[in-house]
Amino acid sequence: MANRLNVSVSGERGLAASPTDIAHKRRSWLRGDMALAVLVLLPSIIAVAIFIYGFIGWTFYISTVDWKSVVVDYTFVGLKNWSRMVHDRRFHADLRNLVFYAIGFMGQCIVFGFILASLLDQKIKGEAFFRTLFIFPFAVSGIVTGVAWRWLMQPTTGINLIFAKIGLGWFQPQWFASVDYGIWAVTIAAAWQFTGYVMALYLAGLRGIPNELREAAAIDGAETWAIYRFIIIPLLMPVTFTAIVLTGMNSIRVFDLVAAIGGSGAGNAIDTLALNMFQTTFGANRFALGAAIGAFMLLLAIFLVVPYLMSMQRETER
Amino acid sequence: MSIQRIWSRGAIYLVLLAFAAFYAMPFYVMLITGLKPYQDVNVTRMWEFPTGLYLGSFVQAWELVSPNFWNSVMITVPAALISSMIGSVNGYIFAKWRFRGADTLFILFLVGMFLPYQGILIPLVQTLMAVGLYATMPGLILVHCIFGIPITALLFRGYYAGIPNELMDAGKIDGCGFFGLYRWILLPISMPAFAVVLLWQFTSIWNDYLIGLIVLSNPVLAPVNVAVKNIAGSWSVEWNVQMSAALIAALPTVIVYLLLGKLFMRGLLAGALKG
Repeated sequence: MANRLNVSVSGERGLAASPTDIAHKRRSWLRGDMALAVLVLLPSIIAVAIFIYGFIGWTFYISTVDWKSVVVDYTFVGLKNWSRMVHDRRFHADLRNLVFYAIGFMGQCIVFGFILASLLDQKIKGEAFFRTLFIFPFAVSGIVTGVAWRWLMQPTTGINLIFAKIGLGWFQPQWFASVDYGIWAVTIAAAWQFTGYVMALYLAGLRGIPNELREAAAIDGAETWAIYRFIIIPLLMPVTFTAIVLTGMNSIRVFDLVAAIGGSGAGNAIDTLALNMFQTTFGANRFALGAAIGAFMLLLAIFLVVPYLMSMQRETER
Repeated sequence: MSIQRIWSRGAIYLVLLAFAAFYAMPFYVMLITGLKPYQDVNVTRMWEFPTGLYLGSFVQAWELVSPNFWNSVMITVPAALISSMIGSVNGYIFAKWRFRGADTLFILFLVGMFLPYQGILIPLVQTLMAVGLYATMPGLILVHCIFGIPITALLFRGYYAGIPNELMDAGKIDGCGFFGLYRWILLPISMPAFAVVLLWQFTSIWNDYLIGLIVLSNPVLAPVNVAVKNIAGSWSVEWNVQMSAALIAALPTVIVYLLLGKLFMRGLLAGALKG
């Protein structure tokens, strides 16, 4: 794929002119137009260079200065902000919440996304209806999701009311208001929004598996679960990899959903790095400390993305 | 059909219906709560159907968020259009003008899709302030266009890569240059890609909260999701109005999704990279 243009440019297709003539002509327009292509791309390159890479570098730089009020202060203080960050209780709560959120959110999305896709792949009547409904939440914002689930997860009403009706009156969880498991409750709302997306990925993957493969296995006497265990799930590993990266990325940066559900919660029970960064920076005006949190989030994201992009590039080059 | 097969089919439908109920639940609750007057919004009767058709909550919510709704329109429409056009040209270059280092550059572009914006917010605000675009609508549109460069380039590049190079060669033979090839060969067959990208950008920009909050937090100019969040955060606004406001904010993307679900799906899969 990488050589496609070269191949097509040098691939002769019998023009009525001498080969040297064509080669000369082609090279000359190629040079001019190729330069034009780069030139047209240049504004985007500059924008990305500044707004993404320049800003990343600048954020890291700010995390090493003494800017802690509305007055900008670029006095270098080394890793003072980073040390302050890692000793902060709120930061510890955020890390704990990140781990729980990632496990809960990624687990629900991938497990239920796979189950739903597998079920929809069974030649279901009304497949379009179910598919549309399951992806539907992805079309609404995190704020809308948060507002709806805040109402559904009120300890005194909502889902608890249903639990009481069906004889589970003793089971009245505090949901996101709980200091112990509030963050798990948030993952339910988050997974409600994102599972459909993962399901769509798996569904496309399933549709790409040739039927002959399953039929052959079935003829060999393989049970359904064995077909899934030894053929389908291994074949869908690339989809799972993509889903892990996407859900992992969302776990790192979850912001609007938590903000709409109710902010940090008691004892930072549902606080996240993103919320912490925002409030530290734009609420408390501790810009350098906020930059350290933001830079930390970038580092987390880079660990997740670089292997993914490298695998993608390998695929492109193939 | 064997008994066993009937049972297993039945089980599949049962599970799907259970999930369907779970997925519909928040929409159902938003709708019935939004259609009730305040005195009927009661914690013990939350699930009960409204007794009559009452649109008062929607009227009240519309009064609260309609200015922000129109702000969102004025931000989202130009930003989606401009970023799609930029993406189309960039995708064309990345797909058909593979200059040396183009692939590496493309990967460097893609990194931008994965960033937690918290990592660049402070310089963003500083820069916008320095150029006088902070807290302005053009500023927010510009930011959405720039942050849309990676995903739009990715979507268009994928589409253009599937267009045979023979077509391009034919154009070259006819004397088309860089712009001519784009204008006369690719642009006329780009509409499917434009539809997908426009839809994708429209949805993401409309649903954005963080960038709008940072760049345009002024309540008068803020986009609709910022306004809905402010309403939800204040205890003085009743649940029924909160739900109506949330539904109003969700309406444009929901309508677009219902009308153009297929395109939306295509964007989802092609942009499988974006979170």
